[in-house]
Amino acid sequence: MASFGRFIRLALGAFALLLLVVAVPASAQQVNPTASSVKEQQLLQEFNRIQGRVSIPDQRSGVLEQPQGREWREFRNVTLRWIGGIAILGMIAAIVIFYLTVGMVRLEAGRSGRTIVRFNAFERFVHWLTATCFIVLAISGLNITFGRPLLLPLIGFEAFSEWSQWAKFAHNYLSFPFTLGVILIFLMWIGGNIPNKVDVEWAKRGGGLIGHDHPPAYRFNGGQKMIYWIVVIGGGLVATSGYALMFPFYGTGIEGMQMAQIVHSIVAVLFVAAMIAHIYIGTIGMEGAFEAMGSGEVDVNWAREHHRLWLDEQNARTGPNDGQPQPATAAAE
Amino acid sequence: MARMKFLCDADRCIECNACVTACKNEHEVPWGINRRRVVTINDGKPGERSISMACMHCTDAPCAAVCPVNCFYTTADGVVLHSKDLCIGCGYCFYACPFGAPQYPKVGNFGSRGKMDKCTYCAGGPEADGSKEEYEKYGANRLAEGKLPLCAEMCSTKSLLAGDGEIIAQIYKERVMKRGYGSGAWGWKTAYRETIES
Repeated sequence: MASFGRFIRLALGAFALLLLVVAVPASAQQVNPTASSVKEQQLLQEFNRIQGRVSIPDQRSGVLEQPQGREWREFRNVTLRWIGGIAILGMIAAIVIFYLTVGMVRLEAGRSGRTIVRFNAFERFVHWLTATCFIVLAISGLNITFGRPLLLPLIGFEAFSEWSQWAKFAHNYLSFPFTLGVILIFLMWIGGNIPNKVDVEWAKRGGGLIGHDHPPAYRFNGGQKMIYWIVVIGGGLVATSGYALMFPFYGTGIEGMQMAQIVHSIVAVLFVAAMIAHIYIGTIGMEGAFEAMGSGEVDVNWAREHHRLWLDEQNARTGPNDGQPQPATAAAE
Repeated sequence: MARMKFLCDADRCIECNACVTACKNEHEVPWGINRRRVVTINDGKPGERSISMACMHCTDAPCAAVCPVNCFYTTADGVVLHSKDLCIGCGYCFYACPFGAPQYPKVGNFGSRGKMDKCTYCAGGPEADGSKEEYEKYGANRLAEGKLPLCAEMCSTKSLLAGDGEIIAQIYKERVMKRGYGSGAWGWKTAYRETIES
């Protein structure tokens, strides 16, 4: 019986040895730790970015990879330059053609010599505050997009960087008075700029730009209302998106800033194109228009031709002084 | 000429952060800026990996492409550097960078971010190699002394590799072959448009 016990022990031992022999190559065959590990391509496909934990205080650096900057780069270097180039050069070309073919919109009845107040001192102050800021902002902004291909080769690296640095400071600091100007414009002229039926008629007649048509208008005609809303909405958008860029990470991450830059730049170049048209019509495009923002007083004939309903309103308020003889001093304006 | 690259073998990185510390110390990087950092993904979960990341010195670098003042340049070794004298601190490189490398000493500061700072691959800047001005602006220029970036040089597990792209890719491939696994060269596809077959 003792031999049987020994046989059992031997058999068990042999079996255990066999197990070991079989098991050894199995454990030597490495488990693949990457099989269960995170994978770069999979993470990128799933989330379009890879984020983890960092032990340094700057938690934003936990974003390991965010390749969508490539799309933003394409926008900034190619798409935006096309949009901006077409919008701005296209507008300038259109204006030059219009000026050469149609020319300045004249006062058909000539000057009456009598004037009427169109914009008071405060209104003019706000207009010019916004306008000067806008011009500096526009030039310094266009410099960021178009300066490198256009201006840098002409003036060299040092001079271009120096100028761009100052332009950037001006851009950042003047954004504040500009924003204030936009807010004041919004508040002080909202009354006259709600679109109504008169604007439909005005638009149907093309604003009277072609020929000698003068569709009736109140204080602001359809075109001016358009400029008003471009300033208010466009200004609101550039201000909001601009501050998101100026104060990084206060409300947005990198993706938010890419979006903000896209909104900021597209709105800005369209804004510039629209303002070129505005500047044209307010200066050499229309006789008697500049005085509205210059001295603040326009010729009564100008008011009659371009803003008949507004003139009627004013006359109704102050009494018709149409037939009254006017003092000669008024003609000096 | 060599084409310098970084490669982080995520299967070896133990998140000791010595590369981060070495970098800060070697270049006396200002407070608040980390030219290199270690990111742990799926922290504490099965399959977590740590990756040490800095500027990858991309091929066709996005930062250089979007810079409005063209202050970036690529050295003969393929290292992407920039001039702090030309930088206007606009932040565009930092919107474009896939790896979060560009940083500013005054992030969030009203109107001015200061000059951008990023990993130089221990290769300094446009100033004379090893000059005092170069050190103050960009840190040490080890490459000019014939040394590789310190972060990789002192990596305790040799997870972080720096050097010619082909050589470090070869080292990585051999490792993967020998041990039988590898989670790939993190960031290479984004930075160099290529991966290392493993």
